[in-house]
Amino acid sequence: MSTDNNNREIMYSEAIREALQQEMRRDPSVFILGEDIGVHGGAFGVTKGMLEEFGEKRVRDTPISEAAIAGAATGSAMMGMRPVMELMFLDFITVAMTVLVNTAAKARFMLGGKVSVPMVVRAPTGVGTGSAAQHSQCLESWFVATPGIKVVAPATPYDAKGLLTASIRDNNPVLFLEHKVLYRTKGQVPEEYYTIPLGKAEVKRQGKDLTIVTYSIMTLRALEAAEELAKEGIDVEVIDLRTLKPLDEETILNSVSKTGRVLVLYEAPKTGGFGAEVCAVIGDSPAFDRLDAPIARLAGRDIPIPYNRILERSSVPQVEDIVAKARALATEGR
Amino acid sequence: MPIPIDEVRQKLRLDDRIKRRLLKEIPREKLLDMLEKMYLSRYFEENAEALYIRGLLHGTMHLSIGMEGSSIGSIAALRPTDYIIHHHRGHGHTIAKGADIVLMMAEFMGKEPGYCRGRGGSMHIADIEGRNLGATGIVGSSTATGAGIALALQMQGKDDVLLCFFGDGATNEGEFHEALNLASVWKLPVVFVCDNNQYGLSMSTDRSMNVKHVSERAASYGIPGVTTDGNDVLSVYYHVSKAVERARKGEGPSLVDNLAYRWRGHSKSDRNLYRTAEEMDAWKQLDPIKRFAETLVEAKLATADEVAAIDQKALTTIQDASEKALQFPEPSQENLEAEVYAP
Repeated sequence: MSTDNNNREIMYSEAIREALQQEMRRDPSVFILGEDIGVHGGAFGVTKGMLEEFGEKRVRDTPISEAAIAGAATGSAMMGMRPVMELMFLDFITVAMTVLVNTAAKARFMLGGKVSVPMVVRAPTGVGTGSAAQHSQCLESWFVATPGIKVVAPATPYDAKGLLTASIRDNNPVLFLEHKVLYRTKGQVPEEYYTIPLGKAEVKRQGKDLTIVTYSIMTLRALEAAEELAKEGIDVEVIDLRTLKPLDEETILNSVSKTGRVLVLYEAPKTGGFGAEVCAVIGDSPAFDRLDAPIARLAGRDIPIPYNRILERSSVPQVEDIVAKARALATEGR
Repeated sequence: MPIPIDEVRQKLRLDDRIKRRLLKEIPREKLLDMLEKMYLSRYFEENAEALYIRGLLHGTMHLSIGMEGSSIGSIAALRPTDYIIHHHRGHGHTIAKGADIVLMMAEFMGKEPGYCRGRGGSMHIADIEGRNLGATGIVGSSTATGAGIALALQMQGKDDVLLCFFGDGATNEGEFHEALNLASVWKLPVVFVCDNNQYGLSMSTDRSMNVKHVSERAASYGIPGVTTDGNDVLSVYYHVSKAVERARKGEGPSLVDNLAYRWRGHSKSDRNLYRTAEEMDAWKQLDPIKRFAETLVEAKLATADEVAAIDQKALTTIQDASEKALQFPEPSQENLEAEVYAP
């Protein structure tokens, strides 16, 4: 493979497609199913062209039946297949909830470790497309609180491909959260197969003054905020969790111990959101003693996401909010 | 109110010629095995009740006493390589699929050597090696996962089929509707079997649905549906066999509604406030075990003494298994977190 190819830039949605295609070429037990993923190519175009390559047995259009889609994935996974189901929007997971929470997550433990459920639930998440209250939710904390499911939320095309490949090869149910606003973002992605291990965070930017711990789209906003703050002489470290469960506590605690200041940033509603768990992990560790300021938290407002552009924008943290919060944190007590 | 028992006797009666044919066609050994499994199921559950009363069990249980015709008759229609998935009232299915009674009893008692190592208990009894993919405690949840199991069989090019069991209450769940529709449009190799005991805990089917028989619902999925006399193991066997054959040929799913009655309450907390003693006594006249034993004696396939010997053997098997399983070790509390995810 030429170096040029390894420097090529593709979109987040294309990186996801490439992971699906490569895994389906490599392993005949991998197949995809979901609403409008065939001729239509998926609601966000992720599976475009896959029907032509793999045929309708492995690219399965389904009725609008999220529980049955989840059941088809769960049951076939118990039998040795590796299904990747697509939900059109994460919000629709509510219809599939009983299958995922009561069956997929529990089958292994409940049956004494004698089966495994190697499946991936791909789901478009997040705010910013003007889709209002029922098509914009960030529901990851429900699944993080459900033993038996892993939760992954990539921020870049490179991470999306490597993490999806790892998720498909994982022997457990994985909820793979794709941010709708990120689908069209570009980044360098090698053409060859690679995996990024689940449960490993990445320091996306090194810094010494404070740590921002975040994931998914908020990683990009945190990086943008960090550049703004750098102009003011504030050096921000940005940790992209990438996988929420299992959580890479070590990377968080090392960074917090180093900088002594931490902002936990997430898009989901503040109350009971995953960032609350991150705050608790820090508060419950020796790193707490290294803090020079209270743990700060910036998250979505506790509201259903509104339709109006101005209201929608105000419902989750924007770059300017992150800059303001981080600036205040960096100078607190100095 | 349940369907009147005279109506069950008359309208759902298996044709005598079919019955005679079945008694000729099914090997005598298999018929006697079916009878033995019915006794095993009955005694397993009577023993379970007794253990509970003696304070030797801590969890919940759902008994299928009176419904043995449905579980044993249905599964008798399978080959050993076929699969089942079932529900919280699942002791009969597990015995019918050929589970080791001692390991099953051990699971019931929550012991480490049990089928699910004490993690599942009565409500999640399974025997994965025996292709019993487990009992589910969420009403209707066998159906969507069942569609997935059948999808794998189809995609893997196998000619095994799945029997997917659920109760009458499950047919009012959304998951049931989604699963039967999907299985129908994809022609999946599954037979949906309703262990219809005519009550979802206290809610009788005539209050919970406006169709008389669960089988009528098959029409909305474009698949065959039939209601059987679920108290007649041969009637169940006959109808499920036809559905299994159809599934195995790749013609898609069917819905078989085995109309029966549970003699005990829904679970151990049920005081049967929603039905009368007269009603319960009337249904006991249709005791599937007694009827099948009489049929075998009448057809001269077994003598009364042989039936008594099978009965006694089953009772002894259960008693021995119970004594043995009581001695088994409890599971360790250590490192349970490590079991949650597969390596």
